[in-house]
Amino acid sequence: MTKLHQFDVVVVGAGGAGLMAALYASRTAKTAVISKLYPTRSHTGTAQGGIGAALGNLEEDHPEWHTYDTVKGSDYLGDQDAIEFMCYEAPQAIIELEHMGLPFDRTPDGRISQRPFGGHTNNVTGKPVRRACHAADRTGHMILQTLYQQCLKNQVTFFDEFQVLDLILVNGRTAGVVAVELATGEFHTFHAKAVIFATGGHGRIFEVTSNAYSYTGDGAAIVLRRGLPLEDMEFFQFHPTGIYKLGILITEGVRGEGGVLINGLGERFMSKYAPTVKDLASRDVISRAIYTEIREGRGVNGQNYVWLDVRPESVNQYAAMDGRTNPDGSPYTVTGEQILTKLPDIIDFCRVYLGVDPLTEMMPVQPTAHYTMGGIPTNKYGEVVIDEKNTVLPGLYAAGECACVSVHGANRLGTNSLLDLVVFGKHAGLKAAEFAKHADFEALPAHPEEEVRAQLEALRNGSGRENAFEIGREMRKVMFEEVGIYRNERGMRFAIEKIHELKERYKHIRVRDTGRIFNTELLNAWELGNLLDVAEVVAESALNRTESRGGHSREDYPDRDDQNWLKHTLIWKRNGHTEISYKPVVITKYPPKERVY
Amino acid sequence: MQVTLKIFRYHPEVDKTFHYETYVIENAQETDRVLDLLEYVKGYYDGTLAFRRSCAHGVCGSDAMRINGQNMLACKVLVRDVGTHITVEPILGLKVIKDLITDMEPFFENYKKVLPWFINNSPLPEDGRERRQSPEERARFDDTTKCILCACCTTSCPSFWASDDYLGPAALVAAHRFIFDSRDEAAAERLKIISETSGLARCHTAFNCTLACPREIQITKAIAELKLATITGRV
Repeated sequence: MTKLHQFDVVVVGAGGAGLMAALYASRTAKTAVISKLYPTRSHTGTAQGGIGAALGNLEEDHPEWHTYDTVKGSDYLGDQDAIEFMCYEAPQAIIELEHMGLPFDRTPDGRISQRPFGGHTNNVTGKPVRRACHAADRTGHMILQTLYQQCLKNQVTFFDEFQVLDLILVNGRTAGVVAVELATGEFHTFHAKAVIFATGGHGRIFEVTSNAYSYTGDGAAIVLRRGLPLEDMEFFQFHPTGIYKLGILITEGVRGEGGVLINGLGERFMSKYAPTVKDLASRDVISRAIYTEIREGRGVNGQNYVWLDVRPESVNQYAAMDGRTNPDGSPYTVTGEQILTKLPDIIDFCRVYLGVDPLTEMMPVQPTAHYTMGGIPTNKYGEVVIDEKNTVLPGLYAAGECACVSVHGANRLGTNSLLDLVVFGKHAGLKAAEFAKHADFEALPAHPEEEVRAQLEALRNGSGRENAFEIGREMRKVMFEEVGIYRNERGMRFAIEKIHELKERYKHIRVRDTGRIFNTELLNAWELGNLLDVAEVVAESALNRTESRGGHSREDYPDRDDQNWLKHTLIWKRNGHTEISYKPVVITKYPPKERVY
Repeated sequence: MQVTLKIFRYHPEVDKTFHYETYVIENAQETDRVLDLLEYVKGYYDGTLAFRRSCAHGVCGSDAMRINGQNMLACKVLVRDVGTHITVEPILGLKVIKDLITDMEPFFENYKKVLPWFINNSPLPEDGRERRQSPEERARFDDTTKCILCACCTTSCPSFWASDDYLGPAALVAAHRFIFDSRDEAAAERLKIISETSGLARCHTAFNCTLACPREIQITKAIAELKLATITGRV
């Protein structure tokens, strides 16, 4: 039995982008949100340090500076019209969140408090600027909670713990999605005029990651299987400071509050790599610096990690050396109590998982796979575009981490992901509702769930000689080692071969759970299929781009090559093979130049 | 090291009643999360084991379970915290659907009853900027903003076990978060809701909730502040 529902707009995913889209779409259109998790479990909730906006609450700042910093951070691959749009929308977006009740930390005069973050600068002095609006180190948690609460207040319809398995396209237009209700195993067809994918990223293709188990690239994989392209999939962000081995994120806010990175010799090595902003350079720069220190033998005790030091005496010592000041011009100093107030969750993570107290000991950190810069190509209204000419697919939208607008280009700045999902979630919601007002429902195919039913059946009926967990483990390892921070042709060819092998082996897994109720084994197996599909196009796109730019660092092509590569990658999966094409980067005010921090 | 995991199992489509299965993991580390062990069991011993999880570091609230008799998040407790013989069971007071998965709907329904959303119908500031709030006013409700709705507290509460219609600590925490927010205007309405028989009166100060909270929210204290507010009419 398949249940049928009809909505003007269906939002897939209930993180920040999905909830923002739902809030806006539901004002004028009959809207449903479908999420594989209870909305408050979404990955937005793990974002820590802040959301960027040039409010100028503590010092001079301008949306124009934010725009330039983001363009520079993107290594000039971001589309400048979209970046400008986002950064100019930012202050109002933050104010709107505050009006929704979001409990930001406050300045002494009662305004939203802001802290410095990597790559965000005063464009005149080049020094870090306080731009990240924060609520302790759980800014994402507050955003997710606030948006969910507002959706409840506005009586948005939720389908919690429903896994969307397919997108229904009819004659090149959007007709809805197919989902399975996890509690019953029943299929549901959602007939819709407009569909918004807000399905998050795919960091679970990597071994060491800050990403949730649920971050399995479902939206990207579905789009790919439906013959649509993905954009800039070679660009994945490795956050410099994950907890050693576990990958759990230690926010850049630690360095914003004055924390420093220290190598095995006790040196503050970032002054070598980014003389002006040092530990607040952009993430790709710092991750490479850490990796270089480790490779050249300056990791701690010969291991693959360095120290992150936020002990008050260290912070004060380095702040004095840097001449860092408070907004009133007095020297910047901190106490242990202040660190605890500003970074409570980080302190808690370290105590729980490492048995380390960051107020008296240094934290062992290594780069961790963190953020998907590439994704489903969209324009700045969230409309999905499907070719080199940015042709819009009617009725399909994407926003948040699963989308590639592109505002992050080759490297995202910290705090811009939360901003991205608030701004583009809202516009995708508005645009989808407007579209639904004038569009008719496309007629559904006779059995829209047929293909996914077959997909799931295959997972139940494999020979069983392969183990899905083992396949996942091998995928994550080869992706982290060969398509990670540093890449080269030989390694990536090996990774692609390995992924092909794993995809073959995947055909021989067998889900043992024959039940319909909460068949998490079946769900996990299906998610693994998505990860393998996405990993393949990540590796293929990375092999194809013979330059280094932002988060994509090739040992065999160490320089940025604007002559040949100032363009976006589009990748399709057709007849079992990948096809690659390109589209130009939108450059308005900022011609590419060398990127120095 | 060797770890023995005794896990509550129940498959509604197969089993008439629940039972326990024991799994021995040979190469566990003392720094393994209990969640890592459950994943290992699911991956290599029995794929049919069902449990919820997502972020795996204590922020999303998916994997509340009873571990050696106490409510915890499986991702936020390590072998070195609980020893090498670990019993894992579903949280109490909510219907078990399958293995470690319980029906969370009543929990979220209770949450929704306290109007857990910001209410302020006054005109917005004329300068188009944020509403002002002093750091002290902000600090007043900081503790209860930390709640991740994992249900560790509510399902450790004897009053909740005894009475299906008790709102439970988590819903009261949500009420506190808004009632003590200087910007919010619906404190009186919420205080009325939680003053009804299914609300504050059912808290008998067992402190289980406070001990169970993986976010270390001082829940019993928050509830006491709510009780005081209902008596004095002041927040």
